[in-house]
Amino acid sequence: MFLFKHANQSIELIDKFLNTIDQGGLIFKEGVYNYLYNNGDKFADNLRTLTQLETEADILKRKLETILYTQSLMPQLRGDILRLFEELDAIINLAKTNLFQFDVEVPFIPAELNADFVKLTELSASAIESVIPASRTWFKNPETVKEQLHRVYLYEKETDKLADSIKRRVFHDMPQIKLSEKFHLRYFTLHIETLSDAAQKVADTLSIMAIKRTV
Amino acid sequence: MFFIFSITSGLFLGWSLGANDAANVFGSAVGSRMLSFKKAAAIASIFVIIGAVVQGRGAANTLSDLSKVDALAGAFTVSLCAAFSVYLMTKRGLPVSTGQAVVGAIIGWSLFTGSKTDYHVLTTILASWVAGPLLGMVFASLLYLLMRWWLRRLSIHVIKLDTYIRLSLIMVGAFGAYSLGANNIANVMGVFVPSAPDVVLDFGLFTLDGAQLLFLLGGIAIAVGIYTYSERVMNTVGEGILSLTPEAAIVVVMSQALVLFLFSSTSLSNLLTASGLPAIPLVPVSSTQVVVGSVLGIGLIKGAREIKPKVIGGIALGWVATPVVAGLLTWFLLFFVQNVFQLQVTTHTSINLSPENTNVVTTRSIGYISMIWPALLVLMVLVILGLAWYLWWQQRLRMLAENELLTQQNQYFTAQKSLSELEVNTVQLENKILNNRLETKRQELINLALSIEDQRSFLENINAQVSAIQQMTTDRAVLDAVQNLTTTISQRMTFNRDMETFNGQVEQIHKDFQAKLDAVFPGLTDQEKRLATLLRLNLSTKEIAALLNISPKSTETARYRLRKRLNIQQGENLNLFINNL
Repeated sequence: MFLFKHANQSIELIDKFLNTIDQGGLIFKEGVYNYLYNNGDKFADNLRTLTQLETEADILKRKLETILYTQSLMPQLRGDILRLFEELDAIINLAKTNLFQFDVEVPFIPAELNADFVKLTELSASAIESVIPASRTWFKNPETVKEQLHRVYLYEKETDKLADSIKRRVFHDMPQIKLSEKFHLRYFTLHIETLSDAAQKVADTLSIMAIKRTV
Repeated sequence: MFFIFSITSGLFLGWSLGANDAANVFGSAVGSRMLSFKKAAAIASIFVIIGAVVQGRGAANTLSDLSKVDALAGAFTVSLCAAFSVYLMTKRGLPVSTGQAVVGAIIGWSLFTGSKTDYHVLTTILASWVAGPLLGMVFASLLYLLMRWWLRRLSIHVIKLDTYIRLSLIMVGAFGAYSLGANNIANVMGVFVPSAPDVVLDFGLFTLDGAQLLFLLGGIAIAVGIYTYSERVMNTVGEGILSLTPEAAIVVVMSQALVLFLFSSTSLSNLLTASGLPAIPLVPVSSTQVVVGSVLGIGLIKGAREIKPKVIGGIALGWVATPVVAGLLTWFLLFFVQNVFQLQVTTHTSINLSPENTNVVTTRSIGYISMIWPALLVLMVLVILGLAWYLWWQQRLRMLAENELLTQQNQYFTAQKSLSELEVNTVQLENKILNNRLETKRQELINLALSIEDQRSFLENINAQVSAIQQMTTDRAVLDAVQNLTTTISQRMTFNRDMETFNGQVEQIHKDFQAKLDAVFPGLTDQEKRLATLLRLNLSTKEIAALLNISPKSTETARYRLRKRLNIQQGENLNLFINNL
């Protein structure tokens, strides 16, 4: 239908954008795993893919901004929607930056911490994976968004807990590691942890947006 | 002429209604920028006029039933006083409704002229003032619940919902404007209906009688009010009291439209009567008060404590104060109109004088005018104008697009130009840096050459002195020692290592020059090439002689030979030739 031509295009773009962010989280998880288990080629491939996804997300975000403004769609909700896109885009930007930090700084991670780091990355990525469906839901059923957001908060809390435990273990129970390496490990724990924080920020925004839209 | 003058007060009321009450229909849509003012004004104007002409008679007749204002001067005074009361109370910040002012003014007229007031109609009107906002509240609550259920059930994507909302705002707004015209035209032209011209205009597809012509004029006055003044009101209302979500705005406008429609639809009233149900009173209702009722209805459903006693009190005060003020004002003004201006404010006394006059009135013939050809003519003119406007608009769009393209191209060229200038500046700067570096290097070489030359003359001086000492002695041992010293000095005077360094640096700097020399003059010896390079450094003959370890005389000879080898004509400067190479 002609009237819905632009609307359908915008919906398609929003779906693509959300898919890209979702994929970014998955690739980040893969990348950390491959780094920890020394799969150099696969890690490099993950880095390349994540960079492409990040660029794609930026392009999609800009397109959506243009459409929302030029077609003056939803003047009352536009500001909130653009903020949501901005915060979602920040997640994939952060994921790319963090994976690049692994590539550039090549942190030394003792083998006994591998399992913890894998778990930490999975928890952080789960927060992202949970916030994406919640974002999709806001566009169709704002009333049910809250039901999905509790997962994000749970994963974020678990990530924080595990990150604390890793840092404690590194500084208290691993005297064989140099202090510089301990600092390095702390930073990388923090890098992974920030992803779940970014997801939580999106969840906060979504919950306010849902209240605004509940008629 | 007097008729046209008389209805100006009504037209003013119409203008005021358009300026203020159109905001109740499109205020939220325009204020929230879901709809542009131009579109809203066009839709509102068209539908207000249609509503007024098609369905305005019901509520207007009720006002006539209340008390028939049967003289033009009386109607003019009633309308003027109603308008003035509205202005006065609005100025004082009191809630006011045009309908209430008109009713008060009519009662004022009937009290002054001693005409009969139908108290049954008055009671109905008063009841409808209360019923209007209440009905608005009920409709809004029900519609809101229905919409909420519908939205939750269908789960429409917010982007699609935006399109649906825009369409709904337009459709509901059109219905609202229609109902506003149908119901409130009675306030604007109701008092003039008894004095309407007895004429019927036939447009082929439809006919318009005198009252409808009045309604058409009133509708146009409302449209003018919408276009000239309502934008500001819409923006104020849209961001203020009607700052609702678009969904709630649809509900409010819809419930208001339904209430106004109910209180103005003759067909619906007849239908109910035919079904044995009580008829709906056809009364002008305040759209603002119905909107307030509707907003309160939504507030009730949302559970918000939005019912403020002050608002209710304000409306109630309006119900009492507006008619009283308008009535008193009319009473006093009629006194002046009748006694000072000597104008007839009623005709009913003369009608009662003799039965003949009554017969005259009842047998008045109705003028029938066919408007088919004039209407067709107007239609054709409109079509032609529309076509011309369309072509002009297309042309304008094309021009705008071309201008936009041109501006973009200009910007692109300016950017390119700036970029090129930047590049040129960079290159110039680089060249300058390179030249400076070259000059520094050249200066270093000259310093080196001068240093070699100084050392050589110093050593020659020592050597001469040592040779003189050699002449003064015959002691074998001293002679041997002096001879050894002379040999050492002579060896040092060759400056082989320094010369190697110097030549190496010169070749490094003037690599391109030497390559060019080789290409243009392939037969040159190394010594000649070295001489040419030193000349390019602008060194003097003496300095060159020292560097080449030859005498200045030999340097002059070498220069002469080089001139020959380079085929330089007499009068031409060798240094200039080499520097330009």
